[in-house]
Amino acid sequence: MDTLTQLEAKSVYILREAYANFKNLGMLWSIGKDSTVMLWLARQAFFGHVPFPLIHVDTAFKIPEMIEYRDKLALEWNLNMVVGQNVKALEEKQTYPDGAVDRIACCGALKSEALKNTLSGKWKRWRLNHATGKYDVDSNTEPYTGVIVGVRADEEGSRSKERYFSARDEYNAWDIGDQPPEFWNQFKTDFAPGSHVRIHPLLDWTELNIWEYIERENIPTVSLYYDQGKGERYRSLGCYPCTFPIQSGATNVRQIIKELQTGKLKNIAERSGRAQDKDGGGGLEKLRRDGYM
Amino acid sequence: MNIVIVGHVDHGKSTIIGRLLADTDSLPEGKLQAVKDNCARNAKPFEYAFLLDALQDEQDQGITIDAARVFFKSEKRHYIIIDAPGHIEFLKNMITGASRAESALLVIDAAEGVQENSRRHGYMLAMLGIHQVAVLVNKMDLVDYDQKTFEKIRDEYTQFLSGIGVTATTFLPVSGREGDNVASTSQKMSWFQSDHGRTVLEVLDGFEKEAAPVEKPFRLPVQGVYKFTANGDNRRIIAGTVEAGSLTVGDEVVFYPSGKKSRVKTFEQFNGTSPSVIQAGDAAGFTLEEQIYITRGEIAAKVGEVEPVVSGKLNVSLFWLAHKPLAVGREFSFKIGTIKVPARVEKILRTIDASSLDARQTKQQIERHDVAECEIHLKKAIAFDPTTVMAGTSRFVLVDDYEIRGGGIIREAVVDEQENVRKQVMRRNQAWVYSEIHPDERAERYNQKAALVLITGTEATGKKTLARALEKRLFKEGKFVYFMGIGNLLYGVDADIKEHGKDRTELRREHLRRMAEVSHLLLDAGAILIITARNLTGDDLALIRTGLNGIPTRVVWLGDATPDKDLEPHLSLAAFPDADSVVPEIKRMLQEAGVIFRV
Repeated sequence: MDTLTQLEAKSVYILREAYANFKNLGMLWSIGKDSTVMLWLARQAFFGHVPFPLIHVDTAFKIPEMIEYRDKLALEWNLNMVVGQNVKALEEKQTYPDGAVDRIACCGALKSEALKNTLSGKWKRWRLNHATGKYDVDSNTEPYTGVIVGVRADEEGSRSKERYFSARDEYNAWDIGDQPPEFWNQFKTDFAPGSHVRIHPLLDWTELNIWEYIERENIPTVSLYYDQGKGERYRSLGCYPCTFPIQSGATNVRQIIKELQTGKLKNIAERSGRAQDKDGGGGLEKLRRDGYM
Repeated sequence: MNIVIVGHVDHGKSTIIGRLLADTDSLPEGKLQAVKDNCARNAKPFEYAFLLDALQDEQDQGITIDAARVFFKSEKRHYIIIDAPGHIEFLKNMITGASRAESALLVIDAAEGVQENSRRHGYMLAMLGIHQVAVLVNKMDLVDYDQKTFEKIRDEYTQFLSGIGVTATTFLPVSGREGDNVASTSQKMSWFQSDHGRTVLEVLDGFEKEAAPVEKPFRLPVQGVYKFTANGDNRRIIAGTVEAGSLTVGDEVVFYPSGKKSRVKTFEQFNGTSPSVIQAGDAAGFTLEEQIYITRGEIAAKVGEVEPVVSGKLNVSLFWLAHKPLAVGREFSFKIGTIKVPARVEKILRTIDASSLDARQTKQQIERHDVAECEIHLKKAIAFDPTTVMAGTSRFVLVDDYEIRGGGIIREAVVDEQENVRKQVMRRNQAWVYSEIHPDERAERYNQKAALVLITGTEATGKKTLARALEKRLFKEGKFVYFMGIGNLLYGVDADIKEHGKDRTELRREHLRRMAEVSHLLLDAGAILIITARNLTGDDLALIRTGLNGIPTRVVWLGDATPDKDLEPHLSLAAFPDADSVVPEIKRMLQEAGVIFRV
C-alpha cells in the first residue's frame, strides 16, 4: 500500500469514528487546500455523501474568489453549508485592516471569537439554501460537540503536538501540557457537558502529500494557488490584508509538486506568508491555546 | 516509516534528533540560527533539543512534555520521528507517541546507565506491540568513548529485555551533543563494529517495514452501517477498516458476537472503480446479499477461517495511567475495536512494577503507572482474538470520567456460565432465514423500533397491572405492542422444561433462554414487547440480552427493595404505581432510547 493510500485510510477511519461518536458534528472548511482535501476524504469515507454540515468562519476579508469557489462546490456537491461571522467587530470596525487593532487581536476577534460563538450557537449562523443559492439564518442553534479541523502536524510546532481527537473546554481553551493519551486507533470520544472535541484527520499529512493527493484524485482547488502570469502565487490562503504570495511560477498542481520535491521551497516555512504568526513571541501557539485552529 | 524515540528523562532523546536534523541539513533555513539567537538573548546555552521542543513551557523547563512529530527524509525513505517525553509524569504522552510508531530508538545515558524509565519504556514498547527496537547508548563523550562502559550497559539491558521476550535489533554508542555516530561514523569509537548500521541514520534505514497482516484470518471491526438516502442512494454499506486478512466478492462473512451470516455482494468506492478484493489496511465498504441487521461494534470474519473468540469474561494484561487507582469492582468503560461496553475488574491476579519487573503481592487496586494482570467482567460479551493469535483485535483501552485512563491486551477468555447459551444463539443466527424486509423498513412502517420492556421487582408490586396499562396505552396510540404473560410460556414452550434441568439455577437459565427466544421472534417482527418477571438479576438480564442480538431492552423496577447490583434498572418506581402518572415516564424512557418518537 503506497503512502497516500495509507494516509487516506487512516483519515477515513478517523472521520468514520467521529461520525459514529458525535451527534452534533461539523467540519471546518477554510476553502484552502488542506480542508478541501479533508472534505474530499469525507466523501471517500461516506461514499459520496457528506453527512454533517461544513462550517466556514467568514472574516469578510477573505480573497473574494475563495467565497465564489466555496458556494460553487457547496451547490455542486450538495453540501450542508453553514457560515458564521463576528458581525459586531466588523460593524464597529475593530479590525486590523481598519487600523483599530493589531494582527493578533484581529485574528482573535474575527476568527477565534467568531469560531467559538459559531460553534456554540450563541451567535447567528447562516445556512445555504440550495433552492435559492442564498444564505438564510439557521434556525438550529445547538452547539457542535465534535468539530473536524484540517490542521497538519508539519505546519508548526504546537500543531505537531496535537492529538487526532483533542479536547477543548467550555472556553474553547486547549490544555496543551496535559492532553489525554491516545493509542491503537482509540480516540477521545467521550466529553464533559459544555466541552467539545476537535478532530484532526490530516495530522500525519505533509504539504507535499496534500498536493500529491490533489493530483491523484483530481480535486478542484482555488486558482490563487497558481501563478497567473505575475510570477507569484499563494502557498497558504487567508485574509487578503495579512496573506502574501510567494515568488513562484508554478501554474498547475504538477509544477507545485515539483517545486516542493526539488526543494525550491524546502527552506521556506509554509506559513511564511501569514503575518499573524510572526507578531509577538509564539503567536500561533497563543492563538491556538485560545481556540484558534 | 514512523519511529519513536524513548528513554529515561535527560538521557538526550531530543538532542539526538535535533542533531540528526541539523547534520543532515533537514532544517528549514534560518531555524538553527533563530534558536541559537533566542538562546543568546535569554542567556541560556544552546541545545539541539530546542530545535524540537516547540512549546514555550518545554523550552522554559528544558524538558519535552508532549510527543512531537518531526518529518525527516533520508536517501532511502521518508520518516516521521516521534519524540516522546522521558519524564515519568508524561508516561501517557510517551505511550501516545509510541503507539503511532512501527519501530523504536531507546536511548540510555552512558554515564547514568540503565534507569527506571529505560526499563519501563522497554516494557511499554513490548506491550504496545513494537518489536523493532534499537538501543542508543548516548553521551559517550562523557565517558571518554569507553568501550567497556558501552558493553556493560549493553549486557545489562539485553538481559532485562530477554526477561520480557524482546531482542534489540542493535546497540549503538553515540553522542548527540558532539554528533558522534549520529549522521556520520565517529573516529573516536573505531572499536565499534556492527552489521546493523554504525550511525543512527544507518540504523533507521536498516529497520524493516512491517508487512500488513494480509495472510492472517480476515477481521473487520464494523465502524458503521450507512444508508444515505440523498439523491436516491439505496445502498446499505457496511463500513470499516480491514484489520487483517483479505475478502473477495462472493465470500461468506460471519459477524461476531451475533453470529449473523451473509455473502459479500459488492465493494463500494467513491472515486474510481470498485475493487474485487479488500485486504489488511484498506478503509473499505461492502454490501451484502441478504438484508441482515448489523450494527457498529461487530467484527466481520470469513467463513472457514479461524473464528474470533466471544466472551464477557477476560484475562488481560493492562497498564493504568490515571492518578485515581483502578480498584476491584469499580465500573469503567471498556473499548475494543469499535465497541464500548461497561466493565469492572473482578480480580487482580498480580501487579508488576514495570520499571523492575518485580511482581508485587496481590493488591486490591492498580496504581498509576502500574502494569497488572487481571480478570475483567464485561456487561456484554464481545468478539476478540487472544493476543498471541492477533495483536490488533486483542487491544483495548479503559475509559473513565470521559478520558482514556489505561490500555491493555487480552490474553484469553475465562470460561463463563453463559457460554453454551451464546453458542446456541450464534448457531441460531447462522441458520436464520432472513426476510427481504429490513428491520429499518419495519421500523418505518410501524413508526417505532422493536424493543423489550422488562417490568420486574419483588412479589406483589403491581408488575402485571402496570404492564397491562402500558400495553393498552401504547396500543391506543397506534403502536405495535404486545404484553407476554409468563403463564403464556410456562405451560407452552416451557412444558417439558423439567426434563432439561437438574437444579433450580439451571432450570431458571433454561426458562430465561426460552423466554428470550420467543421474545426474539416477536421483536424480529418489529413489536414493542412487554414482559413481567420476578426479581430479575444482572446475570438474568445478561442472558436475555444474549438471545436478543442487541435489540434495545429497558428495565423498570417496582417497589422499595434494592435490586441486584448488576441489574441497574433504567427506571425505578414505587410499588403499585398509578398507571396514569407513570406510563408517561416509561414513554419518555422509550423516547430517549429512540424506540418511539416525540410527536
